[in-house]
Amino acid sequence: MAAAIKARVVPERMVSSVQPGGAAGFRAPNPVSVDQVMAEERAAAFTRRSIKSGAKLAGLRMVVSMMDLTTLEGKDTPGKVAYLCRKALQPADEGYGVPHCAAVCVYPNMVRYARRFLGDNDQVKVASVATGFPSGQYPLRTRLEEVRRAQGDGADEIDMVIDRPAFLLGDHARVFDEIAAIKAVCGPAHLKVILETGELVTYDNVRLASRIAMDAGADFIKTSTGKIQPAATLPVTLVMLEAIREFFFETGIRVGMKPAGGIRNSKQALAYLVMVKETLGDDWLTPDLFRFGASTLLNDVLMQIARLTDGRYQGSDYFSLP
Amino acid sequence: MKKARTSKATFSAPAPSRGAATAVTHTARPVVSERARSLNFGNKWDYAPAPESHDYLPIAPRHDLFIDGEFVPPSTGDYFSSINPATEVKLTDIARAGEQDVDLAVRAARRAFTEVWGPMPGRERGKYLYRIARIIQERSRELAILETMDGGKPIKETRDIDLPLVAAHFFYHAGWADKLTYAFPGRDPKPLGVVGQIIPWNFPLLMAAWKIAPALACGNTVVIKPSKSTSLTLLRLAEILQEAGLPRGVVNVLTGTGDTGTALVKHPDVDKIAFTGSTEIGKQLAQLTAGTKKRITLELGGKAANIVFADAALDQAIEGVIAGIYFNQGHVCCAGSRLLVQESVYAQVVQRLRDRIQTLRVGNPLDKNTDVGAINNSAQLEKIRELVDCGVAEGATVVQTQCSLPAKGYWFPPTFLTGVTASHRVAREEIFGPVLAVMTFRTPEEAIERANNTPYGLSAGVWTEKGSKIFKLVNQLRAGVVWANTFNKFDPTSPFGGYKESGFGREGGLHGLHAYLRC
Repeated sequence: MAAAIKARVVPERMVSSVQPGGAAGFRAPNPVSVDQVMAEERAAAFTRRSIKSGAKLAGLRMVVSMMDLTTLEGKDTPGKVAYLCRKALQPADEGYGVPHCAAVCVYPNMVRYARRFLGDNDQVKVASVATGFPSGQYPLRTRLEEVRRAQGDGADEIDMVIDRPAFLLGDHARVFDEIAAIKAVCGPAHLKVILETGELVTYDNVRLASRIAMDAGADFIKTSTGKIQPAATLPVTLVMLEAIREFFFETGIRVGMKPAGGIRNSKQALAYLVMVKETLGDDWLTPDLFRFGASTLLNDVLMQIARLTDGRYQGSDYFSLP
Repeated sequence: MKKARTSKATFSAPAPSRGAATAVTHTARPVVSERARSLNFGNKWDYAPAPESHDYLPIAPRHDLFIDGEFVPPSTGDYFSSINPATEVKLTDIARAGEQDVDLAVRAARRAFTEVWGPMPGRERGKYLYRIARIIQERSRELAILETMDGGKPIKETRDIDLPLVAAHFFYHAGWADKLTYAFPGRDPKPLGVVGQIIPWNFPLLMAAWKIAPALACGNTVVIKPSKSTSLTLLRLAEILQEAGLPRGVVNVLTGTGDTGTALVKHPDVDKIAFTGSTEIGKQLAQLTAGTKKRITLELGGKAANIVFADAALDQAIEGVIAGIYFNQGHVCCAGSRLLVQESVYAQVVQRLRDRIQTLRVGNPLDKNTDVGAINNSAQLEKIRELVDCGVAEGATVVQTQCSLPAKGYWFPPTFLTGVTASHRVAREEIFGPVLAVMTFRTPEEAIERANNTPYGLSAGVWTEKGSKIFKLVNQLRAGVVWANTFNKFDPTSPFGGYKESGFGREGGLHGLHAYLRC
């Protein structure tokens, strides 16, 4: 029995010395504790900032420019992806001065259609979830193959999920090795590492997983798949921003942050921007380092922008569906 | 959208996959050189002004004394002006009560005690307190705005902290009014009689609630004197007491100067004095009441140690340090004004503090985004400046929020001093402003010794992830309140008060009730 468990838990471990991608081998990070009460209190404080008039308009435009417009459904088709791409390129009528979204985020099989629709210009990036999204409960070989294919089909960004079983079993080296291996096959594509914080549960776990992902080569760390509740929350994002800050001071590398799932309205989105501004500063207020993973958020933001511009609310039918 | 749906590209047959990528090495992440590794808290996305409107709140040009249920002019005929410390604009004239007014007020309070309030059953007294609490909640916006204009506190704090706590104190004590025999089983608790109360300018309305609510719940009557610079909200509370139908004379408000307070303390028919304020005045009051039948409780100054261990959740500890010292411009007797950091994390803590104070917003207290408001009065500003200058002269290094301060009003930016030792004046004297003295320690024993090495003993903070260490410290720190992994948390159920020169007696909770009872 013991042998059987061992065989299941530690299969074909990747050699963790030096990865082809250049990430150094795994070294257990110093664990950093997070105090839940104070972290949640601090996160709540950001929602009490009062964002008005010009600041609100500028903030909402920034939110659009940081959006990974997402469709991740079993029933996604090229037609649905086309809707999404067009919406990302031009979210609202030109008169509103709304920028294009940062990216569209789709399943690997939809990457080629998104790429075709968006063409070769890289205004709106194509992001692909991969690595057995959302569970990640697949062999590493096929997960690597998925990444190669998505990248080959034209994905600019890969949103991978970490191996939660390995993490929860305490096999952090394995989590690291897999991320590094995936980073190695990403080629020029940027790698976003989804921690699925709703399954890691504690902030201590989130902080540790953030560090492992950044050590292993993540360009972005991302909260959630959107398939598990809770998805992104302000406190969990704060904990990850603090991990990014620590990593920056230690290594000089600016890692990006992507909260995903559960951010549905403008007010919530602005609270996230406030948190980024007051935790990491101006350098992170850019789509290169901060993204929102969302689908329904976009039209709520556009409605607010229209109200600030025209002075009145419009019905939802005046805003095209993605 | 039309264009998208007819796009040929989308619906044409998919081209064969480009297949597995060839062995392309991923793009390396750019590395910022060690010297350039700093956070940039600029104005790339600045918040627009978000001022709370106050035009709809008239402030009468003149405010009289509240004696025996009515507003009456002072016997002195004198009024002094009350200004907004953020603008130096005069808000109103406030009456200066003389000895004659003190006597009138104490007589009214005595009459109310013997004829109405003392004999009244507890459950009836409780009804009044509940009613007062509800009216405070209904009028909390008005009171918060007034408190901010009168005292310079940010509206964010008066709205979210002061006023909810004010109402909570009345609600909490309302509940005790008819249950005092259960609070002290086997004894027969009786009210003391007429209570003279003197409160400070840092939390004007909250201190009034801390004083008035337990006194009334226990069946005492009150003569209360606010600080000279912050009388407005207490006078507004007097209006609320009228609105609640509180019997005449149960609460009397005497505005005025230090002399008014002295007259109140000296008055022979006062049974108890409750004072919150400076240690210097507290000592004088203790002398004045010595040898009389008067009881006295004192809640005085502090120089609290906030102890951060290397094994603390540092990012959250920083938040606690910030809240501990910059809350209410540091005008807090229990402020964590001495930061004791374990030496192994000193550099990290100082760097994080440096970054964190850059995000504090200093300015118009009525702006909803303001974190740090105006210094309450010019004398206090002078004192803060003097002590910080002294710190520099003694060799400390000053780190301050880089921000522009308004031209008018009393302002001091959030500040911390490094290179401070236990022998610096800034480490020993209460500054009562947004100024933190940062020091280090090596072992838990040293932390305890240094934390206790002060004439004060009001509060302390401990930051560690190790529960056993918390219990060890809590038992050895000589401070009335010790917060673990949090700071500046207040609740009516929790007793508050000091050791040593921070005073004696407790306010809040059962202990607070006991201070207003004979039992």
